[in-house]
Amino acid sequence: MLGLTITQWLFGILSFLAIMFALMVVFTRNPVNSVLYLVLTFFCIAGHYLLLNAQFLAVVHIVVYAGAIMVLFLFIIMLMNLNADTEPRKHIVTRLIAGVIGGMLLIVMVGALKGAEQLTIVRAGASQIGLVKNLGQVLFHEFLFPFEVASILLLAALVGAIMIGKRDTNTNDKKVINN
Amino acid sequence: MLSLIIYKAIVCVAVFLLALGVAAYATLWERKFAAFLQDRKGPSRAGKWGLLQPLADGGKMFMKEEIIPNVSNRSLFILGPSLFMVTAVMTSAVIPWGKPLMIGGHLYDLQITDINIGVIYLLGVVSIGVYGIMIGGWASNNKFALLGAVRASSQMISYEIAMGISLIALIISAGGSLSLKDIIEGQDAGWCNFVYQPLGFLIFFICALAETNRAPFDLPECETELVGGYHTEYSSMKLGLFLFAEYINMFISSAIMAGFYFGGYNFPFATEFYAWLGLEEGSWLISLIGFGAYFTKIFLFICLFMWVRWTLPRFRYDQLMNLGWKTLLPLSLFNLALTVVIEIFIRKTIPFHF
Repeated sequence: MLGLTITQWLFGILSFLAIMFALMVVFTRNPVNSVLYLVLTFFCIAGHYLLLNAQFLAVVHIVVYAGAIMVLFLFIIMLMNLNADTEPRKHIVTRLIAGVIGGMLLIVMVGALKGAEQLTIVRAGASQIGLVKNLGQVLFHEFLFPFEVASILLLAALVGAIMIGKRDTNTNDKKVINN
Repeated sequence: MLSLIIYKAIVCVAVFLLALGVAAYATLWERKFAAFLQDRKGPSRAGKWGLLQPLADGGKMFMKEEIIPNVSNRSLFILGPSLFMVTAVMTSAVIPWGKPLMIGGHLYDLQITDINIGVIYLLGVVSIGVYGIMIGGWASNNKFALLGAVRASSQMISYEIAMGISLIALIISAGGSLSLKDIIEGQDAGWCNFVYQPLGFLIFFICALAETNRAPFDLPECETELVGGYHTEYSSMKLGLFLFAEYINMFISSAIMAGFYFGGYNFPFATEFYAWLGLEEGSWLISLIGFGAYFTKIFLFICLFMWVRWTLPRFRYDQLMNLGWKTLLPLSLFNLALTVVIEIFIRKTIPFHF
């Protein structure tokens, strides 16, 4: 079929779907639909990971992004009850500036593609590097220190989020009295 | 290659029908069991001992008028129950149902697929299951449904964490493989994992109750507070799918518990028993006996689920959150630390060096 292997066909289809869903995220009016399209985009990217034989990364991508982060996004959007009608209309100047900046970003990214020819392509599909065992070996031997630093960073962020989210009883009481 | 594809297709269909059949008859068994605990008779009119009751229920569900609220988001309203059902069935893909079968000189696994990340796949599918409830509850455009959906998903997310950590402890003590087949095969001789992970099993069981939205964790559909919870606006077979998926979830989580902690299709002195019967590896009878042993365990777990449901009253919402975050999460972390210490210093399965 056009001289392409099954992997190449899958890559093409997944890429097409990923880009289409990503565009839908931006173009859909309803924020809830937009979040759901983003989840579909994540699934397509997880498919790409599978094609690279990185099964662990693929499933963790789904668990963390689609299963946890996007659920919280959906939570907030649903509770805020954003509808298509309440969408604010931006001023023409704001939209113009946004368009110019977006266009500049596009130029930079297209420019970055020029250097891509010089990269050496690693055929990751045949290697076993993405399997859980190999990934664990690499993470806990070669990159142990950066890995632990990242985990401490996450822990600090967690504690910070709890501190911000914690209800300050004193100020709350004052508000009640003022009202 | 072609024979493998045909075989896999047959196994897929068989597992799908099995899940649906068991779930259907679990509804009948649930009512019989409740009747037994409450000193009633339960369904007894449709067929002998009410055996045709699930079919009658299904027929009734299909023939009911289907109402889609005018103001709701129509496509998402339909997507909700479908997604919930799909994710409920998808978890059955990685469960090995018995010993490999010998057909025409080849050994075939009684399993749809044996991936090396089976446990994480299970967690992934469970985390996707939240979407079905959330989308369905939101698309109903009803504040009770939305509250029920938010409750359900926050409950499922909270208990996923303790569940994941108790699974990590299990994997460490079961030898470090994430494939379900390896975990079950590892219990064919010696003790089952429950002996090494009693606390882990308790945590997993409580989390399984919460994940399947079963009593005492059935707050998402708490009638006294929320009318019907996330499926308030649903009628006909869409409601049926929501209710039915709960039974499939219960079946699959029973299968997972029986496989992870109680040896799956293995049973005590299995090897000696097969040798005594004079059976060779790959024999039909071995697969059948193993399958029967697995199903006995699954059936006992389903009974346990029902026993808990008809015995314990429902939690209050703050009690639920406190249990999840302040009791089960520290307990599972403690269990993980304890497991690592035991594995390194007592069982010496993990090499220890600086």
